[in-house]
Amino acid sequence: MMVFRSGGRTAMGVLAGAALVSALCAGCVTINIYFPAAAAEKAADRIIDEVWQLKGGVPASPSAPKPETK
Amino acid sequence: MKQRIANILMLIVALAGASHVFAQVNLEINTPGITAIQGSMQKRHAELAPLYASGAVGLTRDGNVALRDPAAVPLPQRAAVNSLIAAENQDRAALYREIARANNHPEWEGDIRGTFGQRWIDRARSGWFVQNASGAWVKK
Repeated sequence: MMVFRSGGRTAMGVLAGAALVSALCAGCVTINIYFPAAAAEKAADRIIDEVWQLKGGVPASPSAPKPETK
Repeated sequence: MKQRIANILMLIVALAGASHVFAQVNLEINTPGITAIQGSMQKRHAELAPLYASGAVGLTRDGNVALRDPAAVPLPQRAAVNSLIAAENQDRAALYREIARANNHPEWEGDIRGTFGQRWIDRARSGWFVQNASGAWVKK
């Protein structure tokens, strides 16, 4: 990069570099989003509540000895 | 001057990162597709629950159900139980895929399956069979 070598324009060079770095960082952040494990657990629990009928007092399994303790 | 620019840059990066963290608090699970699968699984649970309780069917680590003890199912009913298990696993696969897609990250499907696998097992009733970390069946 020429800009970095020209002594009088160091600030410009840094600015250009900074712009490049921040653009790259923004790109990385957008593409590689980590898996939201805690949110996924919450979502799983909400769906399990529904499928197994764990909320609302309806025992899901008539043959289970203790339906509502968990 | 350089220092100031560096500071400003760090602030921008930090803010971008922070806003990103706060953007993901909940996963979208209220889509017609997900609700339909959930309803179908809820209905099927009435038939699966006695099989969990008898130990015939257990919960696997990978978020599925499996025939654990064929001997616990009378021979004439075995085919029906097998198709019940197949239908349940098909719904579960669709559920994990739909949640990943509803959140615009189809590549999360495997992670979602893993999370569900763990939660189904954690929340299973006592007496039900679940797979432990090494894949062996244990009674809760």
